[in-house]
Amino acid sequence: MKPTDTTEPEYFHKVVDCQYGCPAHTPVPEYIRLIAAGRYTDAYMVNWESNVFPGVLGRTCDRPCEPVCRRGRVDEEPVAICRLKRVAADNKDDVAHLIPKAPLSRNGKRIALIGGGPASLTVARDLAPLGYDIDLYDDQPLGGGFMRSQIPVFRLPPEVLNEEVDFILDMGVNQHFNTYVDSLKRILDQGYDAVFVGTGAPRGSDLDLPGRAECDKYIHVGIDWLGSVAFDHIDKIGKRVLVLGGGNTAMDCCRTARRIGGDDVKVVVRSEFARMKASPWEIEDAAAEDIPIINNHVPKEFVHEDGVLKGMVFTVVDVLYDDDGTRRLEPTGEEVFFEADEVLIAIGQDNAFPWIERDIGIEFGKWDMPVLDQTTFQSTLDKVFFGGDAALGPENIITAVAQGHEAATSIDLFLNGGDVQARPAPGVTLLSQKMGVHEWSYDSTVSIDDRFAVPHAAKDAALKDRRVEVELGFDREVAYQEAERCLNCDIQTVFSPPKCIECDACVDICPTDCINFVVNDDEPALRNSLRVPARNTSQDLYVSTTLQQTGRVMVKDENVCLHCGLCAERCPTGAWDMQQFLYSVTKAGSPCNQKRP
Amino acid sequence: MTYVKPMFRHPDAPVNGLGHTRQVYEGGLSTLCAGCGHDSISAAIIDACFELSIEPHRVAKLSGIGCSSKTPAYFLSGSHSFNSVHGRMPSVATGANLANRDLIYIGVSGDGDTASIGLGQFSHVVRRNLNMTYLVENNGCYGLTKGQDSATMDSGSRNKKGDLNQYSPIDLARLAIEIGATFVGRSFSGDKQQLIPLIKAAISHRGFALLDVVSPCVTFNNHADSTKSYEHMRQVNAPMPVDFVPMREEITASYDAGNTCEVCMHDGSVVRLYKHDNDYDIEDRQSALQAAHHYASEGKILTGLLYIERDSEELHDVLDTSRRPLNSMDEKQLCPGSRLLDSINAGLR
Repeated sequence: MKPTDTTEPEYFHKVVDCQYGCPAHTPVPEYIRLIAAGRYTDAYMVNWESNVFPGVLGRTCDRPCEPVCRRGRVDEEPVAICRLKRVAADNKDDVAHLIPKAPLSRNGKRIALIGGGPASLTVARDLAPLGYDIDLYDDQPLGGGFMRSQIPVFRLPPEVLNEEVDFILDMGVNQHFNTYVDSLKRILDQGYDAVFVGTGAPRGSDLDLPGRAECDKYIHVGIDWLGSVAFDHIDKIGKRVLVLGGGNTAMDCCRTARRIGGDDVKVVVRSEFARMKASPWEIEDAAAEDIPIINNHVPKEFVHEDGVLKGMVFTVVDVLYDDDGTRRLEPTGEEVFFEADEVLIAIGQDNAFPWIERDIGIEFGKWDMPVLDQTTFQSTLDKVFFGGDAALGPENIITAVAQGHEAATSIDLFLNGGDVQARPAPGVTLLSQKMGVHEWSYDSTVSIDDRFAVPHAAKDAALKDRRVEVELGFDREVAYQEAERCLNCDIQTVFSPPKCIECDACVDICPTDCINFVVNDDEPALRNSLRVPARNTSQDLYVSTTLQQTGRVMVKDENVCLHCGLCAERCPTGAWDMQQFLYSVTKAGSPCNQKRP
Repeated sequence: MTYVKPMFRHPDAPVNGLGHTRQVYEGGLSTLCAGCGHDSISAAIIDACFELSIEPHRVAKLSGIGCSSKTPAYFLSGSHSFNSVHGRMPSVATGANLANRDLIYIGVSGDGDTASIGLGQFSHVVRRNLNMTYLVENNGCYGLTKGQDSATMDSGSRNKKGDLNQYSPIDLARLAIEIGATFVGRSFSGDKQQLIPLIKAAISHRGFALLDVVSPCVTFNNHADSTKSYEHMRQVNAPMPVDFVPMREEITASYDAGNTCEVCMHDGSVVRLYKHDNDYDIEDRQSALQAAHHYASEGKILTGLLYIERDSEELHDVLDTSRRPLNSMDEKQLCPGSRLLDSINAGLR
């Protein structure tokens, strides 16, 4: 194998599994250390800089970081990254003075943001402080988009959302709420220099089955219904409720229904349990509120009498897989009837752009989605950019934020005569953490604690009032202990071959047998020749240049390195060093991409 | 030394015939200097015992005084251990072995502990062919007392201060062959590929097995003018690769038979050695001495299994002792009574 080029930023970035897995590449270990140090405000600002909504995400994030957390590969469970983020938000001091404001003199460029959700707000956050004049349009009375209308208040208290939305609006964004944009052409006619579309995926899928039209009154599309509850248009539901669908919206629907009158709430899912799209912890929370989840039941018809819904008939199926892995739902012949007063349909959501004229230069492709450059988020009309669910289909908040950053960078480049394809390089620092003999600037000791559980509000109280937040968050003491479970994967093991005397001290001390000195070969052969063969091919091998004394190479399997620093501790010559790798995605306005005077 | 070794191990870490991972064979965290060759030897002992599927409680570790003699604390924490007086480990080993012949005895000593203060004891334990592995961690200096020249320091080598050693060295391997050792190996802490199978062979050998292992002292004897540095050792090492094939494994690989010799140990396992020279017979004392001497005269160090005598009589055979360890006998067997004592005494008059 060729020697690893550690000057390529993505190499060490990949070692920080959580940060690499996060769409916005939030420097997770960095803020977890700050939480452990009790520096909650600093931890919050590290988050805010990267993901814009730490308080919201600390409660609602899909947590792509946790399944990839290195701790999960050596311990039972990953670090509770998401809940630690919340600790930073819950315990921070007043941060208003740390939030940038729009400059007094603007740069004369006007940008329209359509939609007031996380993607648009991120674009505003990145561009307002640079002096752009920003008009934000949304049909809701308040900002936040689906964070407000779809996430129930018992998971996300409005004050948390309001604070973080207001940080951005208060920068000096021109707000046009309660304003439904029904024509992109008219927006463009107003002479904006750029337009960003962040309108989400607003159309909930319906279910066209016998009886659907006859009892329309009792059947609701999940996301619309959640929005109506959020804005207090609906405050009750029948006693017996069926929720159709296996995603997170279904979980939010059933738990909301449980709080506003639903005593007998069931979730009915077409597929098997293992294939449900809902996050495991949301399924657990629903189950904890006595909501049964019934799998392998395909809806057949709505049953009604005199225009009143009585229930639904389902076909029970077996899930079969063909040899090529294709899934089939094979009816068993059995049919089941469940009584119901109301039904919530939460089987998916789609994009809809009825308000974008098809003759203004924006091309639409497959599934009637806009044709976009996947990196720049620029549409075929060069001044129109997309982001969030509106861009590439329904994802989640953190993805919307990441795309918002990218789109903002594109807009900034575009409006300053730059090439939107010439993406600015990330900011990277690599700094030794050695403080003295046996002394590192990070807590290198590896905690053996199991993952700590987040306390919940008493079930009775929570079910009585939908405004009672269910998860209570870690207190500071538990947060410290959970933070100590972090393996500090951003503190990199950096190897300098000329200093190595091949004494094997690092090989002998490494608790997880990561380090090897072997004769170089191609990658599959090298992976096999290691002390513990490196079977996890998603994790890289760190290969040194040829060593002086024996002509071998150092090969480190990054897979289960604990970043404990013992290799550097036991290295007599300093050939190993522990260096903090800080990777920050370059955002709009970075000095790297300035062409403006 | 405030650091601790994390509890986590590789989830795919291999297990041996007993179902143990290497972790079972580990010891405390070393307090020797970072980069010390002794730590590599400890790691090699861990690997050897792991690979041989030895139950840790069937091992007794013995040592004298010195950096080397601290190391039994850093491997096999589940084994019996005795850290004895300077140079007197052979006596303690002899006593322990006579009392319980069922244990595996691993003695760890250094060049000071063996070639200076303990040379007398060493010579006699070799002569007596005590069934044990005697491992010398040889760094040519007294590292624990700031690096003075030891008796194994090569003439012509300079110490860290730059002073030339003018005395001739004691070559423990050649001495042991000369005075009757039945298994003599030499190796280098920086060559685990050779060292681990050699340790396994030494443990499997019935009788006294000496392993003289060059183990650089990173702090006091790893400089440019030293003949026991990592770099020098890698330049002058003439390694004979060693394989150890346990009895239950079939020998499948085929090698150039001309320079390969296979030795079947008493327990049925096989040591395979790849020699540089076909005339060299490792079961012939003269041949072994000549080979070691020949390489030394060319400024090289021959490493590998230098000499082996199979089917020798170890101390228990010579003394015709009981086949059972003393701790398995009851009081009546251990103290047969004054009448028997009287008759023994009468026989000596």
